[in-house]
Amino acid sequence: MALTLNHLFAVIMLSGAFSLVSAMLFVVMDAVDVAFTEAAVGAGVSTVLMLSTMALTVRIQKEKKKPIILPIVVICLVGILLIYGTLDMPNFGAFDSPAQLHLGSKYLDITYKDMGIPNVVTGILASYRGYDTLGETVVVLTAGLGVILLLSGLKGRKNKE
Amino acid sequence: MDINLDFIYGHLPYWLFIILMLSGLFIVVSRGNLIKKIVGLNIFQTSVFMFYISIGKITGGTAPILLDKSYSNSDVAYSNPLPHVLILTAIVVGIATTSLGLALIIKIREEYDTVEEDDIQKMDEKDLMTYNKKNVLEFKS
Repeated sequence: MALTLNHLFAVIMLSGAFSLVSAMLFVVMDAVDVAFTEAAVGAGVSTVLMLSTMALTVRIQKEKKKPIILPIVVICLVGILLIYGTLDMPNFGAFDSPAQLHLGSKYLDITYKDMGIPNVVTGILASYRGYDTLGETVVVLTAGLGVILLLSGLKGRKNKE
Repeated sequence: MDINLDFIYGHLPYWLFIILMLSGLFIVVSRGNLIKKIVGLNIFQTSVFMFYISIGKITGGTAPILLDKSYSNSDVAYSNPLPHVLILTAIVVGIATTSLGLALIIKIREEYDTVEEDDIQKMDEKDLMTYNKKNVLEFKS
């Protein structure tokens, strides 16, 4: 749908719906914290940001025929490589896959003893990887600064002209 | 490695995520509208998140919120919390980059009066040609 639609409003709304559905998928895959974040950030904030961008720019995409043979070849190549890469992986949901054997169970074991909170994801995010989360806020700050710097010139230039 | 029904069922989620990722990549490379490119990038990103989360999933497991105070004597299986932590960070960084991209689009639209890739390229080529002509004329005179 997002490929053929020319109304950007519909495209952006569909992308928001996609984020919401993916949040449900995260719940199914036991990642409730990720689902919260995805529903709030992916379906909420990013949809609002895209809609405001659309309001400031254009609403309808120009109809244009672009050659699509090269993109199709590229994504087929990438897809074949990636699927070849999954052939060595353990089955979905396997309890003895390499990802489950080492650190995960250790963190499940020590988080409550160290922090006293039952939600392991929050415990890891805020304390074991606290510096990482601090770095993440620095990234968000930098992006916010970039947005402000990019958009602060808008009105001034219009006045000059 | 033997390919049987069990193997196919066990790997089908990964393949579906890869197909989703490829559709995002296809939107990014084949559509000229910059806002659509950002939407494609979002689909790409979310499918990578799904792939990561799927690695931590245990069949019959539950969300990593402890039901019992001590993990070692409980017989409940919890999914791996580490991919979740990683992806939480990635989602927030993703929205930061998306907002920066959207701000760039607003700036491009202000500068070029279009958000279509082809038009921007044409205008750039035209600009370059007039610039070169001007330089040649100045050089001759």
